[in-house]
Amino acid sequence: MTTFGTPAWLQLVDLFVAVCFVLALKGLSGPKTARNGNLLGAFAAVLAVVVLFVAYPHMNNLGLIIAAIAVGTLIGFPTARRVKMTAMPQLVALFNGVGGGAAALVAIIEFLGSDNEERGILAATVFTVVVGSISFTGSMLTFLKLQEAITTRPIVLPAGRFVTSAVGAGTLVAAVGLVVAPSTWLLVLLIVLAAIMGLLLVLPVGGADVPIIISLLNAFTGLSVAASGYVLGNVLLIVAGTLVGASGTMLTRAMAKAMGRPLTNTMFGAFTVKSTAGGAGVADDRPVRSSSAADVAIMLGYANKVIIVPGYGLAVAQAQHTLRELVDMLNAKGIATDYAIHPVAGRMPGHMNVLLAEANVPYEQLKEMDEINPEFASTDVVLVVGANDVVNPAAKTDPTAPIYGMPVLDVGESAQVVFLKRSMRPGFAGITNELLYDPKTTLLFGDAKDSLTKVVTGVKNL
Amino acid sequence: MDTNVALLTIFILSIFVGFEVVSKVSTVLHTPLMSGANAIHGIVLVGAILVTGESETTTATVLGLIAIVLATINMVGGFVVTDRMLEMFKPKKAPKPQEPAAGERAGK
Repeated sequence: MTTFGTPAWLQLVDLFVAVCFVLALKGLSGPKTARNGNLLGAFAAVLAVVVLFVAYPHMNNLGLIIAAIAVGTLIGFPTARRVKMTAMPQLVALFNGVGGGAAALVAIIEFLGSDNEERGILAATVFTVVVGSISFTGSMLTFLKLQEAITTRPIVLPAGRFVTSAVGAGTLVAAVGLVVAPSTWLLVLLIVLAAIMGLLLVLPVGGADVPIIISLLNAFTGLSVAASGYVLGNVLLIVAGTLVGASGTMLTRAMAKAMGRPLTNTMFGAFTVKSTAGGAGVADDRPVRSSSAADVAIMLGYANKVIIVPGYGLAVAQAQHTLRELVDMLNAKGIATDYAIHPVAGRMPGHMNVLLAEANVPYEQLKEMDEINPEFASTDVVLVVGANDVVNPAAKTDPTAPIYGMPVLDVGESAQVVFLKRSMRPGFAGITNELLYDPKTTLLFGDAKDSLTKVVTGVKNL
Repeated sequence: MDTNVALLTIFILSIFVGFEVVSKVSTVLHTPLMSGANAIHGIVLVGAILVTGESETTTATVLGLIAIVLATINMVGGFVVTDRMLEMFKPKKAPKPQEPAAGERAGK
């Protein structure tokens, strides 16, 4: 509504900022330009905020506004700086959620403060409230799942599909009603319904699909920001929000494709799966072959070709450095050793690459799935460190498994498989891995770091 | 041009730009790109400041200040955490990323 009250020079600055955002996203899509792209985006965002104070030096609540920015910075900066790289995915979810919440609040304020006569603006306001609220509660729930504060398995409510449809329909009715006949109590009802909708959308999503949901909610927040830009008549918000909404949608599809799962399957898969429990009762009784670190050291030391499959467990145990030590040692003995990196090893696409890069593992040793899968058949020993779902053959063989259809590493093709695991507990997706019971599989129980340290000592003494 | 049509034009064109800029992204960069885009929508901070700067009721001011705190967390935290993820790409001994296109530079 302030389009015509915005000075032309400010609009030009906003145009510059919008162009910077486009270049930032473009930069972020290439490894060489990514870091500068991000810095350009940060610079542009700060610029857009600073010029506001130059343009409107007499705005109301100036002191409080600056104080609120200071508070936000004091919370956001140290959190982002200090978070362990392993906990990074949930932090992204959290940041996304608060962004959606902020967009919803902006729309709520506009709703309360205006006469709501113009239908188009009102519709955009309602859209922002709904999508922003969904993004807020959905992201918070995703955060809790990734933090493992609640179960990471898909949660299917009794009659879940019916409840979701009912709440969805209710949200839609309330939204339309609000546009037709604006009232505050209807707004409150709408916020509550949309908030519940956000939870219902995320509850049935489990395991490896969580990153895809974060990306989707990210696109949602982008769209709600764009809509709030329309409400405020602010072109910058429209452009930036739409850019994120559109690129986020593409990215979500790309991620879903990388995991071999259509998006609808990700979101509603749990509703159609009969049993997600994976028959833990039966599985737990079967015998497995466990072994000592010294035995594993001998297996590795006398192999010709070894492939390492690192997973989240490695990261949790902070064992990257010990692993690299082991690989260096094997390489020194002339044993060909590579790392096989599943696209979603860790918790998110590219997560494992970041974690291993931290431990100074050379980029060339990291082999992507398509490149390494044909290699397993000629491999003597595969060492799986703290990974489970990404090597689970159920993704190929069991149509009822929640991860069915996800591309996995074919570690079963190799002569021997060694799992370093803490326990028989199933992975993030909460399903049993048949490979653990395979006769050619050896298990070494314990913390990944302890186990690896013992194996390193073992190899040294050979 | 009618203001609404002008805004609609901007919206539609932005969608195409958004699709286009990320059309060729390698798996390794999915997470940083998502995180960077996440930081960009923190620009809602601008909207939050504008409405708070115009607010005349206590309710609106309080809600506005909350929105500012949340949006700032989104924006500042988002860019900082993305930068940390991207530290792996800093040019030390030329890490060999397997991205094909190197010298792309898009206009608006």
